[in-house]
Amino acid sequence: MPEQLLFAMEVTLNGLMAGVLYALVALGFVLIFKASGVFNFAQGVMALFAALTLVGFMEGQIPFAHLINAIFGTDIHHFGWHVNALVAILMTMVVMVALAWCVNHFVMRHLVNQEPIILFMATIGLAYFLEGLGDLMWGSDIKNLNVGLPQGINGWIDETTFNLFGYGFFIDNLDIVATIVAVALVIVLIAFAQYTKQGRAMRAVADDHQAALSVGISLNFIWVMVWSVAGFVALVAGIMWGSKSGVQFSLSLIALKALPVLMLGGFTSIPGAIVGGLIIGVGEKLFEFAVGPLIGGATENWFAFVLALVFLVFRPQGLFGEKIIERV
Amino acid sequence: MKFKILAAAAAAMMAAGPALADLTVPALNYRTGPYAPSGIPYADGFSDYMTLLNERDGGVGGEKINVVECETGYNTEKGVECYEQTKGQGALLYIPQSTGITYQLIPKASADQIPIWSVAYGRTSAVNGEVFEWVFNMPVTYWDGASVAVKYAMEQEGGSLDGKKIALVYHNSAYGKEPIRTLEALAEKHNFELTLLPVDHPGQEQKSQWLQIRREKPDYVFMWGWGVMNSVAIQEAANIRYPMDHFIGVWWSGSEADVVPAGEGADGYKALTFHGVGTDFPALQEIKSQVIDAGKNAGDGSKFGEVGYNRGVFTAAVVAEAIKTAQEATGNAEITAADMRDALENLEISDARFEELGLGGFAPAIQTSCAVHSSPRLAAVQQWNAADKTWTVLTDYMEPDFEVVDPLIEEDSMAYAQEAGIEPRTCE
Repeated sequence: MPEQLLFAMEVTLNGLMAGVLYALVALGFVLIFKASGVFNFAQGVMALFAALTLVGFMEGQIPFAHLINAIFGTDIHHFGWHVNALVAILMTMVVMVALAWCVNHFVMRHLVNQEPIILFMATIGLAYFLEGLGDLMWGSDIKNLNVGLPQGINGWIDETTFNLFGYGFFIDNLDIVATIVAVALVIVLIAFAQYTKQGRAMRAVADDHQAALSVGISLNFIWVMVWSVAGFVALVAGIMWGSKSGVQFSLSLIALKALPVLMLGGFTSIPGAIVGGLIIGVGEKLFEFAVGPLIGGATENWFAFVLALVFLVFRPQGLFGEKIIERV
Repeated sequence: MKFKILAAAAAAMMAAGPALADLTVPALNYRTGPYAPSGIPYADGFSDYMTLLNERDGGVGGEKINVVECETGYNTEKGVECYEQTKGQGALLYIPQSTGITYQLIPKASADQIPIWSVAYGRTSAVNGEVFEWVFNMPVTYWDGASVAVKYAMEQEGGSLDGKKIALVYHNSAYGKEPIRTLEALAEKHNFELTLLPVDHPGQEQKSQWLQIRREKPDYVFMWGWGVMNSVAIQEAANIRYPMDHFIGVWWSGSEADVVPAGEGADGYKALTFHGVGTDFPALQEIKSQVIDAGKNAGDGSKFGEVGYNRGVFTAAVVAEAIKTAQEATGNAEITAADMRDALENLEISDARFEELGLGGFAPAIQTSCAVHSSPRLAAVQQWNAADKTWTVLTDYMEPDFEVVDPLIEEDSMAYAQEAGIEPRTCE
């Protein structure tokens, strides 16, 4: 097999894996948009906040230690214990649910019936607030996140492809885990939306707020639930990206990677987020591989948006988005 | 009533604020935002050294140093705001802590006649003091760094890079592109193949670049990275099992924040440096005992001895020496920004003087002049030990290939002079 074809196959596989990681972030956006029509600009920061909280719990860090020390002149930083990763994940989920309640109670419920742009602006404010809160609670140090996920080249794939083609493919173990987790997450989310009472209520709210209210569905409960689920997705994305690059404040910028995925997959479709992620991942990696060297490289960031725009020309609602018909 | 309370609070705040000292040194720090892990250690080291001088010696020449911190968040606009806010307080010099802020401040500070010192960053051709009268970039420039990295690789290869491959993984920005020109000239001179691999900001996704490195198997990988790009690159290099001792970063890609996230995988990674590592220096021990243990430190003390912290100490020590030089030259304890500029281009910190400062062997001797605003233009190579979580300096401080670098500096500075309408002065 020609060498370039083998390289292209390796790049494609890695693109698929990268796409899954993008889709993990995009899923959080889709969930909230689908249920409440809010484009949650803070989704990336939620992933950062969740990851910071997780590491903080695992390392037994005292929240707001810098603030406490500054006010009271103490010198405290850690409780002196470490928490098991699984327990810390559960504790972080509790924090994310509390955050969801706070977001709804203090921000969103006061903005019912406001224009979408107002809600969007509110989430921008929320993003800045959460970033500052995360800094104040856990400090701005770069943190190592190790929840026991494997990382590095997958030896089996390397060896097998080497035996088959004479060239071993590089696939990162962490990417494989991320793919399995993303698939499981999508199955759980779809099952939740289709087969549970709360999931059906969520879909009813998404279809028509007023009709849902008229049959006794509590909007407040549904919105808290949706923000909690988005918090859970943010935690999963935070774990995957945090394991890759350490937990630091640039983590919030992963939201930028989700935007072309959403444009392409549609803002209201969970499978759309996955398919969109895969197309963006493969597209940008193959373009960088084939065309990048000819035009100076670093094409991935802008090419993802170009690819999404090309799709939008033919399907403005995205691949799986709902077609909105406005009648005059 | 509310107004009275507010007025009383404002009065109390003003009364409680620091008294204005005569030696004002603004510190354009970034303790928040995505780059805080790099900004905090530096800010702590700089402030703690100045606190040591104030507490132990009563400042410099009997005048206390007033470090005025202004938070930039590594944001260029905020950096310029900080400059505008603080320049009226008698600022002696500005250390912008960012190449972007440096570029914005070069014309402003030159017009305001306040010296700028970009510590091994900023515009490389500012070495030429005949063109850049108010700008300094000691102790070393990016072009010097690129040349030293090549020189080190050449030494490792037995004196020749003929037919070898070097890849440069760089932040796709003005900063990241800085070494390209020098590396291209050196590739031609030493006959090695140079591959350029840009990484877009912020650099969290670098799979394409590292797959290319895995395919092309360069003999060395150099990195001009920043922020999260560094730690991701080191992790990716570990993932593809690239030999870490052939992976060399610039001094902004060689701190604890860059290597710690990659854990054991970062073991053996190398980076350039222009100052010592660790805490085994008398001045640092004095900071520990007289500042940190006394609770007078700027941060929480956890960064003490880290690369960034030591860089802050180095910068503060040079600033203090420049102040002392200016005081001696003018005969006044109270100096102006213009005096400071004159001192910065007549600065001499010998090895013996570093020894007296409690920093013997911490950095090579410095001697600037009217024509040369960067000195000593040397860099060493340090290596990370992941098990001990320590850096070790592997080499002596090495000179760049001046034959290649200096003509490039001359060419670039003259182009700037022409573009900005500057008539280069003549240095005796």
